[in-house]
Amino acid sequence: MIEVTALSKRYGSHLAVNNVSFSIKDGEVVGFLGPNGAGKSTIMNILTGYISLTAGSASVDGYDIVESPQDAKRHIGYLPEIPPLYTDMTVREYLDFMFDLKKVKLPRKPHLDEICKLVMISDVQNRLIKNLSKGYRQRVGIAQALIGNPDTLILDEPTVGLDPKQIIEIRDLISRLGKNHTVILSSHILSEIQAVCDRIIIINGGRLVADGTPDELSKALSADGALEIRVAGPKRDVMKTLSAVPGVESVDDLGSFEKGSYDYRVVPEEKADVRKVVFARLAERNWPILSLRDSTLTLEQIFLRLTSEDAPSLEEEEENKIEEVSVETEEESSLTMVKEENE
Amino acid sequence: MTAVFKRELKNYFSSPLGYVVLAALFFFSGIFFTLIYSAGYGDISYVFSSMFTIIMFAVPILTMRLISEELKQKTDQALLTAPVSIIGIVMGKFLAALAIFALGFAPTLIYQIILTFQLSLNWLLYFSTLLGVLLYGAALISIGLFISSLTESQVVSAVLGIVLSMLIALMDGFSSMINNTFLSSVVEKLSFMGRFETFSAGILDFSNVIFFLSICAVFIFLTVRALEKKRWA
Repeated sequence: MIEVTALSKRYGSHLAVNNVSFSIKDGEVVGFLGPNGAGKSTIMNILTGYISLTAGSASVDGYDIVESPQDAKRHIGYLPEIPPLYTDMTVREYLDFMFDLKKVKLPRKPHLDEICKLVMISDVQNRLIKNLSKGYRQRVGIAQALIGNPDTLILDEPTVGLDPKQIIEIRDLISRLGKNHTVILSSHILSEIQAVCDRIIIINGGRLVADGTPDELSKALSADGALEIRVAGPKRDVMKTLSAVPGVESVDDLGSFEKGSYDYRVVPEEKADVRKVVFARLAERNWPILSLRDSTLTLEQIFLRLTSEDAPSLEEEEENKIEEVSVETEEESSLTMVKEENE
Repeated sequence: MTAVFKRELKNYFSSPLGYVVLAALFFFSGIFFTLIYSAGYGDISYVFSSMFTIIMFAVPILTMRLISEELKQKTDQALLTAPVSIIGIVMGKFLAALAIFALGFAPTLIYQIILTFQLSLNWLLYFSTLLGVLLYGAALISIGLFISSLTESQVVSAVLGIVLSMLIALMDGFSSMINNTFLSSVVEKLSFMGRFETFSAGILDFSNVIFFLSICAVFIFLTVRALEKKRWA
């Protein structure tokens, strides 16, 4: 259980995290998504007590990270962006050290053996960390986070720099861990978040721009009910016909993907269902519709839309409702103040 | 604290650092002892006072990587996000360096025993001098530890440490150079060497013990602050 309320972090005149609030329930696997420098690592570092916060509050399992940091830290396993490994130690020595450092009360040998087995590093236990490959180091980093069975795992870009096979292995591992841990992981790789997370929090420029399941995000953003149509027929005439359909607001040309046909994006006026009329009109002219589908957005499109400069942003409302919020940004004395207006 | 202490101690011996420093301390104390012994002196405090030139270099080398290396390798993230207090981390490192330093003076016990066979010696004087050296070393270690928390570079940390410990060793010289009587007496009061000499003269003045312990406390406190400041920056 993680509660973050109105969290802000300022570095000098740079506002790295701006008024971010969210709460994560036990057992959720949540992905932090955002471009580089969006503030993902900063939020994670604040949650784990590595850096302080400027304003707001953050608590883990009911323990405030500022008021009672040691209790909060006891409930967190953290894998920072760069795994904090002592390269002059062997894997086992390092895990032993972390076990002592975290003052874990569990029986040492079975606990460490179990973790090594889980992250598949049993066979490298006696090797020096400096001689390990990136993939193994990352796994030792995850092993370190698991020591003491914390309820919450915070993993900062756990798969960065790994080869595709290792990425899949780490992803599987995270999915398995997600069954009995609360997991927050950050990434700028969309497919990764989509593959392992129940819920996505998109962060851009230090602000939370969207929060919801992949489906919710995709629905909320493609609410204009646009259609993508592939029609075999002369481009100009087809466009004219489509534009003439009552209830159609605009028609965009998407280009030709199949010989003799063109794709169009038809945006209807609010809530209007134009599919039947479109079919009838095109059939009249004998231009067959080769395909017709709702233009729901992929996660990639959502991400690009939300993180582009003056994109509309989504923000969590009281009952997890997602509503569109428009944002105006303006420059004020070298720092960016963000004003929000709910529509 | 014990976890950090054990790791640091082990680390001194898993890298050449601990061996090099110990070898230097053993080697030079051996040479100084031989010189005294062959010249027929019975006072081991000459060995200790000759060792200060070596201590000046040995201590900064012991402390240079204590925190710098953590900052550079980003391993401080593991320490600072673990459920331990910063003071515990700093104390663990301080005590590990002090343990190595103390180990470096272990051979003096053998020298003292050898001398006892020849002459009837005052063992209290030996222990008083040893205590003086250890307190002096502890104060230098706390300063070195603080310097190490200020930079990611071990080299900068070592050079700064050596410069400072030289200044400290030369403090007596400065006090005689200063014309202002008030300033000169202040510098004299701060002199590590002057305070050490009372130990080696066999005078166990409690104020001197407190002086060195306060230096340790101040710099350990500053080290904790330096680490905390990184959090709040």
